[in-house]
Amino acid sequence: MKRELKKVLGAALVAAVFLIGMALPASAAGPAQKNLILATTTSTQDSGLLDVLIPVFEKKTGYFVKTIAVGSGQAMAMGQKGEADVLLVHSPDAEKKFMTEGYGVNRLIVMHNDFIVIGAPADPAAIKGAKSTVEAFKKIAAAGSLFLSRGDNSGTHAKEKGIWKAAGINPERQKWYQQTGLGMGQTLNVAAEKKGYTLADRGTYLALKKNLGLEILKQGDPILLNVYHVIPVNPAKWPKVNADGAKTFSDFMVSAETQGIIKTFGVEKYGGALFFPDAGKKEDDLGK
Amino acid sequence: MNLIIEGIQKAFFLIFTLDAEVLGITLLSLQVSGTATLISLFIGISVGTAVALSRFPGRQLVVSLINTGMGLPPVVVGLFVTIFLWRNGPLGFLEILYTPTAIILAQAVIATPIVTGITLASIQNLPVNLRLQILALGATRVQMVWLLVKEARLPLLAAVMAGFGGIISEVGASIMVGGNIRGYSRVLTTATVMETGRGNFDVAIALSIILMLLAFFVNAILTQIQQRERPR
Repeated sequence: MKRELKKVLGAALVAAVFLIGMALPASAAGPAQKNLILATTTSTQDSGLLDVLIPVFEKKTGYFVKTIAVGSGQAMAMGQKGEADVLLVHSPDAEKKFMTEGYGVNRLIVMHNDFIVIGAPADPAAIKGAKSTVEAFKKIAAAGSLFLSRGDNSGTHAKEKGIWKAAGINPERQKWYQQTGLGMGQTLNVAAEKKGYTLADRGTYLALKKNLGLEILKQGDPILLNVYHVIPVNPAKWPKVNADGAKTFSDFMVSAETQGIIKTFGVEKYGGALFFPDAGKKEDDLGK
Repeated sequence: MNLIIEGIQKAFFLIFTLDAEVLGITLLSLQVSGTATLISLFIGISVGTAVALSRFPGRQLVVSLINTGMGLPPVVVGLFVTIFLWRNGPLGFLEILYTPTAIILAQAVIATPIVTGITLASIQNLPVNLRLQILALGATRVQMVWLLVKEARLPLLAAVMAGFGGIISEVGASIMVGGNIRGYSRVLTTATVMETGRGNFDVAIALSIILMLLAFFVNAILTQIQQRERPR
């Protein structure tokens, strides 16, 4: 019995050395100053765009990018606390506030796509014939049809709240209005399961379309424009921010090569571009 | 139904073609949770034995706290570990947030009370006379503790299984402190959440199957050790 125990202990010891030995090099990967924390929205990750762009950037610059995919709201909160180095977000009003409060170095336009109103093909609130998105939202409210909101302060959620405001409706606490508190991909899945309406960015919708059974019911309205900006976090507020890395990343995002990748991303797989490169353009000129 | 079959097919495809990314994710899960379990064993067995064998004022409270800790919600641990590890947080100088090391830390915090609690219970469950007998035979205090731990080794293996099982399947803390970074801090559970979000249900099912197989094999090995000497 003693031998038995020794064997077990021996095995445990070997396992310990093995595990720690293997874990160490993994955690030592990349010296600290070469780490770059990118806080971004779920749509850039769920659509797969970052899986294409980040390796190119890392290879080119030697930085190790830690992509934290959260909603735009949380991404900016991380920036405000100096817990992220650079942001890639799509919530223009909140971004402008972020800039005027001095948390960002500058704000460069990267790309756009558009939001779309998604719903079951049956379209119980008959929004397909609506003249505008605001009109469509009014119809959903009037019909009391289920609407799934992200409810997570993301860029999509901010846009959705803006449309409700324009429609003069307060959907909070209404029976037909449910907040998932989840990312875009998961919210689309919930909408598909419950046959509800939701507002989505086109990129994530196209990437998930095959399993959803939902249709685009409203699109092409100027209010539905979805613009992504890159913002390096201001090192003056938080000295620990990797300012050089953030600048390198924002330069990379607006470079001709990256813009070219964005332009062709998803064309082969989804039959259409998911994002449209916009570097150097003015936000107000988009969609005209 | 088709989806489940597709998922199972995908799982076997990913396992048998040794898909580099999936293999990396699986190994990382094993390393991270294995290391965290070892840390929790070291702390948990020491503290559990010490509390089991001593009497001091407030002991009842300590035992209650340990038992409560066995049900510590992983997201709560994740939140607090994140706040502590923030660059501008108390442990920010370590610069380990969004690394596998941070996941090991959070998982060790989750598993330690589990191991401590089970150790405490199993040592206390030994007959009181055993302790007296060992001492009467002239053993030193250290020798006595060693013999008691040895005597309780079967329930202690249950502690290993409970601890490891609890953290290999944990997602809330891992995603918060690890960040689910591709090829770096992405483990099986966080990858499953992400693939579900992306609508890649077949991959998500495949990852779940790999996770369950992994948990099964680790527990099968431990059970093998535990049950080997049972029939006497």
